[in-house]
Amino acid sequence: MSDPIVWIVLFPLFGAVLCALAGPWARTICYPVSILSMIASVWASVNTLLQAVEASTHEVSYILGGWSLDLFPRGVGIEFRADILGGLITLVVTGVGLIVTLYSRLPVQRETPGKESMYYGLFLLQIAGLAGIALTGDAFNLYVLIEVAALTGYGLIALGSNRAAAATFNYVILGTIGASFYLLGVGYLYLKTGTLNMVGIREVIEANQMYDSPAMQVAFVLVLLGILIKMAFFPFHAWLPNAYCHAPTTTSCLLAPLVTKVMIYVMIRMILTVFGVEFTFESTLWTEVMPWLVVVAIVCAAVMALAQREIKRMLAYLIVAEVGYMVGGVWIYNYYGLIGSIFHVISDACMTLCLFLGAGIILQKCKTTHFDGLRGLFARMPLTMIGFFIGGFSIIGLPPTCGFFSKWYLITGGMVSERWEYMVTLMFSTMVMVILFFRLIERMHLAVSESGQNLGKGHGDLGLTERQTRFDEAPLSMLIPLLLAASVVLIVGVYNQEIVDQIEIFLQPFDLPTGVHYE
Amino acid sequence: MFEEGSIFTQLLVERLNYFIYVVLLLIGLWAMIAKNNLIKKLIGMSIFQTAIILFYVSIGVKEGATIPIYLPEHDPHASHGSAEHNDAAVSGPQVLEVSEVSGYTNPLPHVLMLTAIVVGVATLGLALSICLRIYRGYGTVEEDDLLLKLEQEDSRNAGGFKKRRPRKRPSSTKASSGAAQAVSSEKSKSDRAGQGNRRSRSKSPAKKTQSSSTSDGKKPARRRPRPKKPKERDS
Repeated sequence: MSDPIVWIVLFPLFGAVLCALAGPWARTICYPVSILSMIASVWASVNTLLQAVEASTHEVSYILGGWSLDLFPRGVGIEFRADILGGLITLVVTGVGLIVTLYSRLPVQRETPGKESMYYGLFLLQIAGLAGIALTGDAFNLYVLIEVAALTGYGLIALGSNRAAAATFNYVILGTIGASFYLLGVGYLYLKTGTLNMVGIREVIEANQMYDSPAMQVAFVLVLLGILIKMAFFPFHAWLPNAYCHAPTTTSCLLAPLVTKVMIYVMIRMILTVFGVEFTFESTLWTEVMPWLVVVAIVCAAVMALAQREIKRMLAYLIVAEVGYMVGGVWIYNYYGLIGSIFHVISDACMTLCLFLGAGIILQKCKTTHFDGLRGLFARMPLTMIGFFIGGFSIIGLPPTCGFFSKWYLITGGMVSERWEYMVTLMFSTMVMVILFFRLIERMHLAVSESGQNLGKGHGDLGLTERQTRFDEAPLSMLIPLLLAASVVLIVGVYNQEIVDQIEIFLQPFDLPTGVHYE
Repeated sequence: MFEEGSIFTQLLVERLNYFIYVVLLLIGLWAMIAKNNLIKKLIGMSIFQTAIILFYVSIGVKEGATIPIYLPEHDPHASHGSAEHNDAAVSGPQVLEVSEVSGYTNPLPHVLMLTAIVVGVATLGLALSICLRIYRGYGTVEEDDLLLKLEQEDSRNAGGFKKRRPRKRPSSTKASSGAAQAVSSEKSKSDRAGQGNRRSRSKSPAKKTQSSSTSDGKKPARRRPRPKKPKERDS
């Protein structure tokens, strides 16, 4: 147990095998096995993060298969590397995984009866894949883990209704294109540098000054394109809303907060660790182009979110908009922007989790997530609604929640690098989110239907019978994870300075511009 | 046409492998995007992945080189008799000098492609099984048919509220204005609005849970919701 870094991935992996083999005992053992392996995994990732924070190099490295760095050059053997960024993301992945596992008991029984063992097997494999993406230090291994996470994700979504299966097909096609482009890019990287180790690749690039090499440019474009497809950046987002909207509740709770965020982590990792800051921002034209693409992405996604009449679908478009925030934070090429981007990855995972857990409960109790089915929910399920709206306020960016602080850094970054278009877009999108969530509150508190028809008589009368407004809270096994997630949103917000300090330690060696970039 | 340095020489002689892989890649991509049949899309996906495998394998080729198993002169196990050599053998693989490895091909691209082939097989298997489910659920693997059916299903499920409301509104106003069952005053009105609402809530979910719970036996899932519709209209 001296190397918790490998156990982060191994616990869910073994748990998945156990669950898949459980067969007829599935009902009784899958849920506890999943919870135990997730608790162990969270424990291991906390330990790894602490090790990384305490180490003098600020990273923990473990080479699988007993290849040691003393005897062999870097690049022999697959490396698991957790620096502070990787450690933080791993903790987010396993933490969200644990909360969703706690939540999963009722929805999984209800939505996929008889398939528990398969469901939990895929579920744990998904978490193992995502945690592995955050930990691996090998570019090809990253591809394999991306595919592990993607394949299990397809399975988890397709376990839902037929409609979900149809939505999954698009996801499979687009996901495969994305991963294949990434693989192709890694091929060019390997062709030019002769190594697959991430740090090794950057060392070779910097040693040989390959900044103008056309093959490297092609590699960069292919890798970036692949990752952008995978993270549902706006023109490539088509797979996301349907897949997340029709997936079983637990699946969307797990995938929505994690998959896109982990892919943004991969982009940051590729830019900082593999290609290097100098190559990415100064030898390519992307620095000019990407912020404008981000502007288009955020505006379109926000407007499409505005057009939705169903909570889950609206949240799916919100995710697309949030992806735009984070990509923009990276590409405005600025110290604060990148802090904001990394912090937003963490906080967005927490708040999206909160929202999707809430939406799952609403779906379970009201049997619909359409806006018109929400009247009187505050009276029926006050605690659920408090949890849900803490997530919502965090998406808007109200101060005590973590969304405020990450947005603060993003906007600071936009100002410092004089990317006014990005800043204005963030403001615009914030306004749209205000409309989205306060419209929800209006639907719940005032009896106004989507068509504008007033169904109640005013003065608190929602046009509902007493039976419909009496206290009827969600089951505890679903409510507690939601409140846990909501409190995480608040805690991350309150202790934002501690997290940002760690991110700053991580970013120091990269020498990013902190002042005005464009003269 | 094939003189030194011309574009044809570059494409067809010097870089033939890249040329072929790009052509295959584009064929695959085109099939995935443009084909209407889901199975054809998957065939395109397979071509797409194979093109990448070809690319990797072709960059690993080295003429006149052998597979990377120790040549006799590098073999740590070659001299068996003496004890100190055995120790060296036990200590495991060693790093060879650059000059010594010129006779070997690089195994790594090929090994990587073994993994990529496995991933490709898994993806294809999963995608085919999803196709099967789509076929069982919707009775088609043609994309435009499928989209049509999905649209209908979506408007039936998600738009349930929208569709029903226009019908309900006239009926409730009629009722209150003194037609058939209109009873006295507002109370009944609000009650009925509430009832209607409650019913519609409980109904569209019932559809959802049914369709998801009976996901392996599709037909009941498709049949059941329909009989309910007329009942809703009655209410």
